[in-house]
Amino acid sequence: MKKSIYGVMAEFETPTALVNAARAAREKGYRKLDAYTPFPIEELSDALHLHKNRLPLIVLIGGIIGGISGYLLQYYISVIQYPLNIGGRPLHSWPAYIIITFELTILFASLSAVFGLLALCGLPMPYHPTFNVPRFALASRNRFFLCIESTDPLFDHDKTCEFLETLEPREVSEVAH
Amino acid sequence: MMAHTVDFRIPAELLTEMRGWRTKALGIGVIGALLSAIGFFVAGPNQFYRSYLWSYIFIVAISLGPLAWLMLQYVTGGAWGLVIRRACEAAARTLPLTLLMFLPIVIGINNLYPWPHAEIVNADPLLKHKAPYLNVPFFLARAGIYFAGWLFLSWWFNKWSAKEDAEGHDAVHSKMSRMAGPGILFWGFSVTFMAIDWVLSVDPKWFSTMFGLLFIASQGLTAMAFLITLMVLLSKYRPMSEVLTHRHLHDLGKFMLALVMVWAYFSFSQFLIIWAGNLPDEIPWYLTRLNGGWQFVALLLVLGHFVLPFALLLSRDLKRNFKLLASIAVFILVMRFVDLYWLITPSFLKQSFGLSWMDFTVPIGLVGLWLAYFLTQLEKRPLMPVNAPHLEEVLEHGRD
Repeated sequence: MKKSIYGVMAEFETPTALVNAARAAREKGYRKLDAYTPFPIEELSDALHLHKNRLPLIVLIGGIIGGISGYLLQYYISVIQYPLNIGGRPLHSWPAYIIITFELTILFASLSAVFGLLALCGLPMPYHPTFNVPRFALASRNRFFLCIESTDPLFDHDKTCEFLETLEPREVSEVAH
Repeated sequence: MMAHTVDFRIPAELLTEMRGWRTKALGIGVIGALLSAIGFFVAGPNQFYRSYLWSYIFIVAISLGPLAWLMLQYVTGGAWGLVIRRACEAAARTLPLTLLMFLPIVIGINNLYPWPHAEIVNADPLLKHKAPYLNVPFFLARAGIYFAGWLFLSWWFNKWSAKEDAEGHDAVHSKMSRMAGPGILFWGFSVTFMAIDWVLSVDPKWFSTMFGLLFIASQGLTAMAFLITLMVLLSKYRPMSEVLTHRHLHDLGKFMLALVMVWAYFSFSQFLIIWAGNLPDEIPWYLTRLNGGWQFVALLLVLGHFVLPFALLLSRDLKRNFKLLASIAVFILVMRFVDLYWLITPSFLKQSFGLSWMDFTVPIGLVGLWLAYFLTQLEKRPLMPVNAPHLEEVLEHGRD
């Protein structure tokens, strides 16, 4: 029996080649795919169908919690904890609360975006198998990588390697665990 | 590349469709105008001019707002700007009609505004103090300056854009981008003063420094909602069916979301400052608008002009769905009417809410006539700028 690996990785020289390869792999039925590029490529997210993730929901919930807590914070202070007569206005003067409510909505939403992103990406991550490929450092310079992971139901070491070779990469390499 | 194969000229099939829309718009416009003319005599000139003023401010927004978007896209660039450019240019070319439609306001100036009446001004020290600004000759001179500037900008951008179609962009594109910056500045100032002159001076004792910004945001929003509706309508036919992608629509939808928020922000800021100050000079304007039935219109605006479109437009999928985005755009256009009605009419009906049948016939008449003229202008040029820089990238924008 073969030693288990993380996946196989193909190296491309241009973003267009990578996007085409990602599309071909999706079409072939592979789902556990990831791509690594030196800069963001808009089409790649479409090609890999990566637009659907839970981040917008996390940000929305964060924003709603921020808004509600901002409003309640002011209500608690001005109505219950420290009621003050300001210009004869009712203690619960909602127009005055809107600004802080708005600001806390934004604050909580942005914090949820930052920490939600880190959590969904599994960061911080001190070890990742892809760095076992010696040339992978080029992913932050001028090369474009596509990795098919071994957890994919269709994954078969030889067949997947063969398939990647048909996409005319510069090199196909195994990613050890 | 498919970019070379698209012919941007309006094909016969679409031309027939557009002529059909134009006939319908013209018919509805003429019926609305005739009924309003009858109303002038039946319901009286005061009611006619009151309904006319707020409807006319909508026409200014829908003809001038696209000119602002046109200038903005020359400053910023971007694929979104190229797909709406021809519609913006056509809307800007309707400004002569907008000038013509200004005439009833000039004629009805005594019916609409208190400050041309000497006896009212003489009885009030504050109005006397404002008389050097608020008087009929200076009012007309200012309106002349606004229209001169708007018509010049419309002429300039249409002229060079036509030249670009004929000769390529090298020679002319810099002329348009160099005029766009100063043009936007002029637009901002002229709309601010226009809002003060034409709308705010109905209540000449009230003032708000936020008022101009509110109209700048509303013009942008009205124009964008109209452009989105038009783009979705055109996307069913060649050539726009080959051009428009979900990405273009997504970009336009983001603008609409942003402007819904800007509108809410300006509206609420104005209210909050006056509410917090609680000064006897300033609050009557809001007291009128939050009592006597007008508060329900205000509530409708909060929910329909902000909460609902804001919540819906947050969704990415919705902004990429042609039909849904167009429905929201149409809904926002309706809300624009409600907002203008709520801003202007309570100044005439201070006691309680009121709605005349003329408040339907006049806007329907004006919008119908304007749409007919707009469609006449739109069919004159190809639906995309054929020689614009980066045209091919725009056509590939977001295409799979």
